[in-house]
Amino acid sequence: MALGPYASFIVTSYVLVAAVVLILIVWVAIDYRRQKERLLELEASGVVRRSGRGAADIG
Amino acid sequence: MTLIDLANPTRFLSLTARILPWLAAATAILLLIGLTQSALAPDDYQQGATVKIMFIHVPNAWLSMFVWGVMSVAALGTLVWRHPLADVAAKAAAPIGAAFTFLALVTGSLWGRPMWGTYWEWDARLTSVLILFLMYLGLIALWRAVEDPSRAARAAAILTLVGAINIPIIKFSVDWWNTLHQPASVLRMGGPAMDRAFLIPLLVMAIAFSLLFVTLHLAAMRNEILRRRVRALQMLQASGRPA
Repeated sequence: MALGPYASFIVTSYVLVAAVVLILIVWVAIDYRRQKERLLELEASGVVRRSGRGAADIG
Repeated sequence: MTLIDLANPTRFLSLTARILPWLAAATAILLLIGLTQSALAPDDYQQGATVKIMFIHVPNAWLSMFVWGVMSVAALGTLVWRHPLADVAAKAAAPIGAAFTFLALVTGSLWGRPMWGTYWEWDARLTSVLILFLMYLGLIALWRAVEDPSRAARAAAILTLVGAINIPIIKFSVDWWNTLHQPASVLRMGGPAMDRAFLIPLLVMAIAFSLLFVTLHLAAMRNEILRRRVRALQMLQASGRPA
């Protein structure tokens, strides 16, 4: 696949999109883990929801 | 399952836990197909291989406007229907929309340099998309500035609905003003003005990026619901009351 004289513009565009999409995916995954850990810590310290259900239980 | 059923955050979390893996898999498969088709697409007779930037620029540009549309519906949900997940949806969508808008601006700039001879021109299309990006950043700042999510929600909803005026301006800017940016070539009266060799990879990539948005949005909404549970439990803990 020859990209011609403007290959650097094309490659930079695709690399940038891949990087930002990856950052979004990692951000969402880390945020999820962080919130679950906080909920588990709070439950371990004895704070529970009025419903009595586990706050970190989303199944 | 109806929209009312999803008003229950626990039920919503249960639903997302079931469908997120499938959505992620479908997104990955479609992205792979779209990227392969984009790589194999022929060079344009005028633009050469730089036409390949279109396959990532256009989906991001469409989504930059679509996400604001989603946030506008969510804003109505907050202000009119008081749906408990409406502001969760709006808050979760803003950073994703900002990322798509940023990518639309940068890939457009990288496409513009070899085709127009400039990275940037203050024409109506480019400027209105830049304003959209700044509005996304403003909304994110607003959500972060107000600690109580329900108070932030109303202000953010109003700002979102005011900002929605910019969406038709972006869409029709190339018709209303003389712009360096080309007019619409897919969503236009008379059908797409593009050969199938370019149109099919573009549509596959657009569907793939749309699925990516849905996947990320549902995951971010799930995180936001958990964040609010953390906040509620922390307040219970701080008040010293039995739960």
